[in-house]
Amino acid sequence: MPLVTRFFIRSGLLYLIAALLTGLLLAGQFALRLPPWVTTLTPVYFHLFLVGWVTQLIIGVAYWMFPKWSRTRPRGSTLLAWGCYVLLNLGLLLRVVAEPLQSTRPSVGLGWTIVLAALLQWLGGVAFVLNTWSRVKER
Amino acid sequence: MPRLTIWMVRVALCHLFLGFTIGALLLAHKGIPFAPWLWRLLPAHMEFLLLGWTLQLAMGVAFWILPRFYTVRPRAWLAWSALILLNVGVMLVALAPLLPTPLLSPIVPLTLLGRGAEMMAVVAFALHAWPRVKAIALEGANLQI
Repeated sequence: MPLVTRFFIRSGLLYLIAALLTGLLLAGQFALRLPPWVTTLTPVYFHLFLVGWVTQLIIGVAYWMFPKWSRTRPRGSTLLAWGCYVLLNLGLLLRVVAEPLQSTRPSVGLGWTIVLAALLQWLGGVAFVLNTWSRVKER
Repeated sequence: MPRLTIWMVRVALCHLFLGFTIGALLLAHKGIPFAPWLWRLLPAHMEFLLLGWTLQLAMGVAFWILPRFYTVRPRAWLAWSALILLNVGVMLVALAPLLPTPLLSPIVPLTLLGRGAEMMAVVAFALHAWPRVKAIALEGANLQI
């Protein structure tokens, strides 16, 4: 298993745990009398699960198992793969921190942090599509 | 990879790109509001990523790696139907909120139509995949192709 795949899958597992913990907080908000800002974690919960876990698991396994790109560069561009990992994770982590804060204490700085988070995640997705497209072939 | 898998995975990658683009615009709008109409794209964001990307990728890879009957993937036409129905369904559901809404709102029928197509896609794929979920390649080899 390539190193970047191990990073994708292990990070994915951590996000899965974080997502379910967030889900626990959301479910226990009233029973445990948690502060009202916990409600703002709903989009974070979905994206920790779907981007952090599902998407990263898919990306990691696809990079590992899809047909070889060429004999010399079997998995396409290593730079794009690592770029995808860094951009996606940086963007997601920024979002996880900035989005709930923006809901409770909005500021222009936090607003632009969220814009940056969006841009980083988008670039991460584009890097994956570019690196994977030519590996989707018969052999 | 078989031809159908190539189609499904490549179309899934297109959905991933579209879903991520809309998601990035929506998130950026949350940070610095610039286009409130973007919220009408929220159903498209969810549909592209949950069904167009995740489900379609899973179907494509399953068609590729599930056990075959000798070298044959029987009733492949069902899986091809799933490809068409799923993508028609996803596009209908995604586009429905963007179309004009006259007196008899077309949103509900279009979304319903889309969901119906998605459901038929899943049924078609399940019918294709069901006999391929087996222990060994020779099992059930007399299945009609």
